[in-house]
Amino acid sequence: MDMLYNILIAPFLEIAKSPSFFAEVVIGGLMSGVMYSLVALGFVLIFKASGVFNFAQGVMVLFAALNFSGLLDAGLSIWLAFPLTVLIMVLLAWCIERLVLSKLVNQQDIILFMATIGIGYFLQGFGEFLWTGNVRKLDVGIPQDAWFFGDIMIQQSDVFAAVVAGILVIVLALFFQYTRIGRALRAVADDHQAAMTVGIPLRSIWLIVWSVAGFVALVAGIMWGSRVGVQFSLSVIALKALPVLILGGFTSVPGAIIGGLIIGVGEKVAEIYWGPLFGGAIEEWFAYILAMLFLFFRPQGLFGERIIERV
Amino acid sequence: MFYREAGDFKTTYKADQAIFPIALDRWFVVTVVLVFLVVVPLLASNYMLESILTPVLILSIAAIGLNILTGYAGQLSLGTGGFMATGAYMAYKISTAFPGLNIVFVLIAAGLCAALVGIAFGVPSLRIKGFYLAVTTLAAQFFLLWLFTRVPWFVNNSISGVPTAPPRKVFGFLVSSADSDPIDRYLFVFIITVVLALVAKNLARSRIGRMWMAIRDMDIAAEIIGIRPLTSKLTAFAISSFYCGIAGALWSFAYINTVEPTAFDINRSFEILFMVIIGGLGSILGSFLGAAFIFLFPILLNVMPGWFGLEISVTLVTQVELMVFGGMMIFFLIVEPHGLARLWSIGKEKLRLWPFPH
Repeated sequence: MDMLYNILIAPFLEIAKSPSFFAEVVIGGLMSGVMYSLVALGFVLIFKASGVFNFAQGVMVLFAALNFSGLLDAGLSIWLAFPLTVLIMVLLAWCIERLVLSKLVNQQDIILFMATIGIGYFLQGFGEFLWTGNVRKLDVGIPQDAWFFGDIMIQQSDVFAAVVAGILVIVLALFFQYTRIGRALRAVADDHQAAMTVGIPLRSIWLIVWSVAGFVALVAGIMWGSRVGVQFSLSVIALKALPVLILGGFTSVPGAIIGGLIIGVGEKVAEIYWGPLFGGAIEEWFAYILAMLFLFFRPQGLFGERIIERV
Repeated sequence: MFYREAGDFKTTYKADQAIFPIALDRWFVVTVVLVFLVVVPLLASNYMLESILTPVLILSIAAIGLNILTGYAGQLSLGTGGFMATGAYMAYKISTAFPGLNIVFVLIAAGLCAALVGIAFGVPSLRIKGFYLAVTTLAAQFFLLWLFTRVPWFVNNSISGVPTAPPRKVFGFLVSSADSDPIDRYLFVFIITVVLALVAKNLARSRIGRMWMAIRDMDIAAEIIGIRPLTSKLTAFAISSFYCGIAGALWSFAYINTVEPTAFDINRSFEILFMVIIGGLGSILGSFLGAAFIFLFPILLNVMPGWFGLEISVTLVTQVELMVFGGMMIFFLIVEPHGLARLWSIGKEKLRLWPFPH
């Protein structure tokens, strides 16, 4: 009885007692949710356009952040380092497309998936080889103060991250909706063969998608990096993007955003109000279990395409 | 010329259905097993037995387990480490609760516990498949490891949280704990591996294995011809987890001598998935080849610079190791996506005609 009371009632009483603290927790969760969404966005872009489940996205975030902070430390200004890193990510996309993906056309999904894990290993070693494995501080002038609304404290850096993420999503949405390339990308995502028959070059499309994913990884890397420092754990944080994907659906950009917010908030709230009951650190698995339970009811995710199966 | 099936006539159905229908194959396998059973323990150094052969064999068991699930039944899993941890912790728990129990039964019981856990985490596979399933198996990985590190009951309230494996005997030979002789340990693990591999091989070619393969190839079609997805998917999860559980228990008891969570983290899950893919999906032989390759390759990379008299700093070695490892993975997938087992069978095809190619 006591246990049930602790699980079902006590946390809600606590929430009701200090709503402003609850609001703070929720906002904190929303902000880390934004970060998850940024990583998940990269996954979705690639999965949509090429059907590749890109496990290396997390390491790409790390790699981009390493390059960016490395260039900054080398004395370049932000305005030079940023386009240079973008260039590196485009180059990386080109290499991946040329050396890996084009050789693995028509293989099973799992083979491509394994290949991206291989890419992940390689990039991790390569990034540390170039810029050493030390933890780097990344300071790009994101404001670090806090605002107060009544009792609620909000970090300015969080707001900044949310704004950047919002702009990124809008730009991407416009890009997909209104440009020639965007239309071609959507065509490829719909049907590879049909896209090829109307003369859309598949390989350059893949190159573009991987470059865009690299760009998103860079933005995510800068945001995460200025929060927790550029270090290996960045690529582990990125694993959290997977339950986000499940929740939102693998093929949906808005799904990635909303899924990220749900996971971010759910995880923080669970950790703070229910965590002590289980001995803490339930953040580690909460997102996965939530995603798993969710799948029982909606296997295709919140916004995923309906799964239609034919024999 | 030397490897051929000509003149190898089968006169009974039984002979036709043997595991190795070609006499030469049969003798080859028997010889290999005998060599590893008798000659290797006599000749190999303690280092070789303790730090290379034993872990490779244990990882092979885990790889066979994952191969049953992913290669035969087509359910992608990233939770292998979690199931191995279940086996290890339950073996520790059972073995300390019943000190007189023979370790073989402890292993079986631990495997059964892992199987139950596997069934629980396999239930989502009835609704979802592919990468969605892979991500939900990550839930098993993170949740189980969290459980074993957070709940002190599993380690008998040990203060360090990393208890040592209790010394246990089989027929008077000490096979677990640090005092045991590497030869005894190796033989114990080897015999278990052979038995489990044989069971897996037979399972795969029996009714249940055909059920798994039908589900893998197209689950809806399989359902329509009367195969129950529920039983076949859950048996695959159960048996796979049983193997992984035994592998985890052996890893703790006969190899690292402690029961610790870091041995079963997410990287272990990936490592075993690599073994299965590099070795060959849906092949028992491939599980062995993959395990040996993935385990030995980093060791080789570590030792190799020394052979050429190069002095390389440790950090550089780990970085280069990661790069070469990743590069090799991609290279292998491009050159032979069906794994080492396929190379083996291609080699056999070639041998059949050699040296007269017509």
